[in-house]
Amino acid sequence: MLYSQSSSTAALLRICGLTVRHAALADPCHPALLGIEFEIKPGEIVGVLGESGSGKSTLALAILGLLPVSADIDGSIYFEDTDLLRVEEREWEAVRGRRIAIVFQEPGLSLSPVMRVGDQVGEVLRAHRQGRGQHRKQQVEAILQDVGLVQVDRICKAYPHQLSGGELQRVAIAQALACRPDVVIADEPTRSLDATRQAELLDVLRDANRKFGCALIFITHNPALLADFADRVIVMYGGRIVEEGPVSRVFRRPLHPYTKGLLQLIPTSLQDSGRTRGQHLPALPGSLSDSDRQSSGCIFASRCSARTDACQRESPAELVPEESRRVSCFNYGN
Amino acid sequence: MGTEATAQQGLESPLVRAAGVSKSYVQRAPFSQKRFVIDALVNVELEVAPASLTALVGESGSGKSTLARCLAILERPDHGEIWFEGKEISRSSARELASLRPRIQMVFQDSAGALNPRFTAAQVITEPLEIQRRESGAGLQTRACELMEEVGLSPNWANRHPLEFSGGQRQRLAIARALALKPAFLILDESLSGLDLSTQAQILNLLLDLQKAHSLTYLLISHDLTLVGQVADFIAVMHQGRLVECGTRQHVLASPSHAHTRELLGSVRLVESAFRAAQAGGRS
Repeated sequence: MLYSQSSSTAALLRICGLTVRHAALADPCHPALLGIEFEIKPGEIVGVLGESGSGKSTLALAILGLLPVSADIDGSIYFEDTDLLRVEEREWEAVRGRRIAIVFQEPGLSLSPVMRVGDQVGEVLRAHRQGRGQHRKQQVEAILQDVGLVQVDRICKAYPHQLSGGELQRVAIAQALACRPDVVIADEPTRSLDATRQAELLDVLRDANRKFGCALIFITHNPALLADFADRVIVMYGGRIVEEGPVSRVFRRPLHPYTKGLLQLIPTSLQDSGRTRGQHLPALPGSLSDSDRQSSGCIFASRCSARTDACQRESPAELVPEESRRVSCFNYGN
Repeated sequence: MGTEATAQQGLESPLVRAAGVSKSYVQRAPFSQKRFVIDALVNVELEVAPASLTALVGESGSGKSTLARCLAILERPDHGEIWFEGKEISRSSARELASLRPRIQMVFQDSAGALNPRFTAAQVITEPLEIQRRESGAGLQTRACELMEEVGLSPNWANRHPLEFSGGQRQRLAIARALALKPAFLILDESLSGLDLSTQAQILNLLLDLQKAHSLTYLLISHDLTLVGQVADFIAVMHQGRLVECGTRQHVLASPSHAHTRELLGSVRLVESAFRAAQAGGRS
């Protein structure tokens, strides 16, 4: 293995050679994830950046052991030296929700519409036998306060439809934080929120990270959200990791052409964009197609502005151009 | 709000105008069945200049979609008037509307839910032409292929079904369907949310090209000011059923008058400056 993180701290979560194929798909030869390797250290905030089809949600489900039974999974997911892919479901249950928790994209869909919100947060505690019955109500209220909700009494008694989008997303985060997990995975939690609600939510997650020391895996398609938030960024494309490094260095000098293209999509200033009326926005051409996935060459080649003949022929190996960075590209940095 | 909003275009007469539009819904609480009233729109004044792109932003529940539905007369406003091409249309009969509908088209947010999954792409596009008896027989197929090419879809895909398309391609298909009847006014209700950044940019570029070719007028509804603020000529902001801000892009971005707009822009700038700082390597 070329890539290894130079660090003294032991990894909390270590993913080795994770490959996932969905057998249910017409052509199971195209893996949803291919040879995924990375580590999460305690208390770290890691951004996973990629567009739809990049496999970022499959990755989240794999870490939680929530992939359908029909999925063909290879590799290892070590959590504190236990390979989660080789344990019984009972052992999974002690980890899922309690040590590793998830915040889904649409809280409106992941919360039950017929249960009071307070009970839904309390249910997490009860399922993991945390706290006694009579204290549970106070515990739930404390958790809801931790995620920045006021009038917790009203929130506890409310049904999901009576709350705003921002409040619901906080409740979903409260559920995830209820058992003080070591890792929280947030799968595009801010997608349907406006800029103000988005910023508030990032603050809630950052506070939880500081206060409880939980590591965060923040999945998004928008690199702008990771600036000033994540420590490291993992860039995924077509089920592979194409680049990884500290956010500050990747954003300052992206190495993979895909990362470069993504970063160019962010307007540096909405007000002084310098665009004239009707002028095109910068855009990455094309999209990930089936033929890209089948190609023996680089999976990004068809959309890449720096492609050469070699890119069409073979898939680039992972390189470590500088400390704690890696990239899969023949012409990185060009 | 009215005077400022109407001052924005001034010279040209607007293509679409909402004058004092109000709409409320009576609902019942889920268990107690107690009736309560939701004021979805309160005295909204909006003018949309021809061949312009107006962005309508606001958080969910602010009334953006209700306003869109009223402008397209999918809902009748309780009070106020809707003017289109110099005619008041909010009280038009069904027959009058039938001839008006082709001029105002809507593209919905969830293209997977809005397009008939049993239709082929060609059928999706040609259905409005058949309903309006604009075209028949072989002409339909030709027109479908033309429209697919125009929105950047390969005509080879004419016989595929909407769910075989990716999210961005499906949104292109929905746009092709909306264009089939050669409308003047296109309302895009959160059509870009749920798409990736690069797909959003591609679709916006397509909209700009189509606007040039057909002098279309757009009302682009979104919760994402960063996205639509880049291409809009005019920005309108809704908050709790009221249109709290409306003006040219430059004006709204430079000197927002309402507290809600200022808050929204503040958050946008915070993300922008953090991103710029990261790119410059200022912070780690």
